[in-house]
Amino acid sequence: MIDFQDVSVAYAGESRPALSGATLHVDEGELVLVVGPTGSGKSTLLRCINGLVPHFSGGLLTGQVLVGGRDTRTHRPRDLADLVGFVVQDPMSGFVTDTVEDEIAYGMEALGVDPLAMRRRVEDALDVLGLADVRDRPLRSLSGGQQQRVAIAAVIAAGPRILVLDEPTSALDPVAAEDVLAALHRLVHDLGMTVVMAEHRLERVVHHADSIILVEDGRVSALLDPAEAMVTSPVHPPVVSLGRLLHWQPLPLSVREARRRASQVRAQLAALPPPGFDDPATSARSAKRHSGSGSVPSGPSDSRPSGTGLASGECVAATTGLTVRRGQVTALTAVDLTFGSGEITAVMGRNGAGKSTLLAALVGELPRQRGRVTVLGLDPAGLEPQARCAAVGLVPQDPDLLLYADSTGAECRSADADFGCDPGTTAALLTRIAGPVPPERHPRDLSEGQRLALALAIVLAGGARVLLLDEPTRGLDYQAKARLVEVLRELAAEGHTVVLATHDVELVAEVAHRVVVLADGEVVTDGPARQVIAGSPAFAPQVAKIMHPIPYLTVDDVCRALTPAS
Amino acid sequence: MIHPVAWWAWGVGLATAAAHTTNPLLLVLVVLVAGWAVLERREVGALDAFRPFLFIGLAAVALRVTMAVILGNGVGGSVVIVDLPRLPLPSWLAGLRVGGPVTLESVLAAAVDGMRLAATLACIGAANALASPKRLLRYAPATLYDIGTAIVVALTFAPQLVELAGRVRVARRLRGHTGRGPRELARLVVPVLAGTLERSLELAASMESRGYGRLPVRTGRARWLGSILALVGTAGTCAGLYGLLSPSVGGWLGLPTLVAGVALAAASLVLGARREVRTAYRRDPWRAPEWALALAGAAAAGVFVVGDGSGWAGMALQSTPLAWPELPLLAAAALAVCLSVIALTPVPPRLAAARARTAAAA
Repeated sequence: MIDFQDVSVAYAGESRPALSGATLHVDEGELVLVVGPTGSGKSTLLRCINGLVPHFSGGLLTGQVLVGGRDTRTHRPRDLADLVGFVVQDPMSGFVTDTVEDEIAYGMEALGVDPLAMRRRVEDALDVLGLADVRDRPLRSLSGGQQQRVAIAAVIAAGPRILVLDEPTSALDPVAAEDVLAALHRLVHDLGMTVVMAEHRLERVVHHADSIILVEDGRVSALLDPAEAMVTSPVHPPVVSLGRLLHWQPLPLSVREARRRASQVRAQLAALPPPGFDDPATSARSAKRHSGSGSVPSGPSDSRPSGTGLASGECVAATTGLTVRRGQVTALTAVDLTFGSGEITAVMGRNGAGKSTLLAALVGELPRQRGRVTVLGLDPAGLEPQARCAAVGLVPQDPDLLLYADSTGAECRSADADFGCDPGTTAALLTRIAGPVPPERHPRDLSEGQRLALALAIVLAGGARVLLLDEPTRGLDYQAKARLVEVLRELAAEGHTVVLATHDVELVAEVAHRVVVLADGEVVTDGPARQVIAGSPAFAPQVAKIMHPIPYLTVDDVCRALTPAS
Repeated sequence: MIHPVAWWAWGVGLATAAAHTTNPLLLVLVVLVAGWAVLERREVGALDAFRPFLFIGLAAVALRVTMAVILGNGVGGSVVIVDLPRLPLPSWLAGLRVGGPVTLESVLAAAVDGMRLAATLACIGAANALASPKRLLRYAPATLYDIGTAIVVALTFAPQLVELAGRVRVARRLRGHTGRGPRELARLVVPVLAGTLERSLELAASMESRGYGRLPVRTGRARWLGSILALVGTAGTCAGLYGLLSPSVGGWLGLPTLVAGVALAAASLVLGARREVRTAYRRDPWRAPEWALALAGAAAAGVFVVGDGSGWAGMALQSTPLAWPELPLLAAAALAVCLSVIALTPVPPRLAAARARTAAAA
């Protein structure tokens, strides 16, 4: 169905090609996953399939791409629209119309599908993607998962045989991501469509894939069997790490497979003392917590600090009866939370549950209906921006919003000037967080991880004691994520208060002391991370699902427990 | 759903009416009618274009008044509010004055002139909020598709720009700045434009990969003929509309130009339509409420144009000597008709549901 013959892509002004010598063949009805670090050429590979590279992007393409027998050199993307459906990364920016039905019909109108057939195909697409009950809704009012499904419905309604998706689930909460993947699964298995997608969150998708293409530095592998590819892949989900650690053969890719293999390990672990007991990083805090009282009664098995800072007398930030309305909707209702110093809190919940609103309220950016916000004893909304930055800093979901300069070095210098700190402060922070970053590089040309590090360095340069991060792992590969985890742990150890709004359960499992779950603007759960997420079907990380009911969250937990150190 | 063309006919009719009066009472009534329609019939979640357009209008009023105070606007008058110190200018700038006596008459004339623009904009904003220009585009004939797309992208670009500017300003404050003042605004330009441009590119990539613009190759002669007809026709239509809308040109001259322009444009559309490959999905029906809206808009426009042309009492503000404006009955009645036809249109489903919920809660 898709044939790449020795395809190389080079963009003007780049020293090395974005893609070099890719040769691969995808058969009909396969679900292919493209795996690789950021900037490795995944997006270029995907955009070659429907001719956006080179017709839309520019650049020099050598070799030949044949899609369903059509050569992309002579067929523009619009000439392939009836054969290849392409879903861009952010569905909202790809929408042409305003309502669900119009959006689904748009592609068919452009292709000149007969009105009667069009009517039927819109209904089919609504049913296949489970969108019938939102058919009249404006696209802007939909949740992230619904928007992503509308984007897919809009593309498949035109009747393509191939579907190409760029990170379809990275912005979604776990349940919405499951919905999208279930829909894709149905398209492949019931309708025999060919699906090619790139995704960083392998833990969500790898078990759905029929085969995997590994991309690194523009070099593209042939189609590999997922289990075999995962043996050597530099990026891999926790279930694979666990399988590698325990030398399971063949490597399990799904929680179900791993759970079947793990019965013996579970028995072994059940006999050991509960996880985290000998965790040096948290044992000191754990002692402190046991003297205080958690907001959720925690069993003896837990060692992470429960983190009600108030109880241990070190409250840094707090909200009391906080109610925020956004337009017609009440985004937060009577939220009472306290955040202690040195504590990492993860705020979780569905898309639109009020996570971002909570962070915005904590920096004093939103008008509040009722309630109080205090950071270091002061109301951030009443502070001068400069003073506020010294108390609380927010890294927004899109870190680009914080960046203005045309080079990384200039960005660092302007941040120093902004906050009146010594020249070089921000650059030093950036080097500490991300390692050496070329100062002449334009911020938009940095990798996602480096850009996040730059934004974080700027916020830290302001001297913020309380750090808020909105969806920090969106678009990050595993390597960048691991670095982020280290940085956050160091910052917490230095006494910073960290609050993350995130969908990424694996990140939460690695780094959070405490988890707050929001639903419809209300706090549903507030407790130690191990207790809250280990038992939750929606928010449990893979290792917790495999080890259930023993509350192990990460591969590190298991590794420490099984290594005979004592 | 009400046909988008009906809302736009209604809105443009009201806008035409507003352009033909300087009676502040009538102008306020026009804005109230437009605002009421937005309040009662804007679907939940639809873009709120009314407010930004209204703000731009108010800014225009403020600008005109400021200019009149500083530079004067040629309206004399006897009621002096304040006598500003006059800036001495060289003799070759004799036509210009800066400072000097500010009269109530000139300030009022400037304010009313600004209000006329503000009311016209408010009506266009209302049409925007009631029926998204993207929905309107679906009814544009194939020949006008490219132009229509450009207009729609421009119309949606502006609110997106505003939204992004808000987010960038918040981010600016996160870096310890106030986000206010001209220097700060200059700092916002780069990230806002870069962000919006990136979004537009994404949109273009999405449209391209969904088959937008897959027209068959046309023959050279047909394309030339169609293009020339379309260009001349559009120019004629614009000139005619300008003649009708702008009282200074003389309303009656515009009509023949408009008719000729529309005829030429129609011919080009017919030529283009023969090559149309696009098909249409579920066009909105045109029924009684649509007729009512369009006719009410046309009626208001007609009454105001005629009233302005034949100089009815109260159509224009009498500034020398100042007098409290009277309310021309026929014009007020036309606006009342525009208001009452809103009741004939159905409440959009999600708005109705939201209201039912609020009522149940209360």
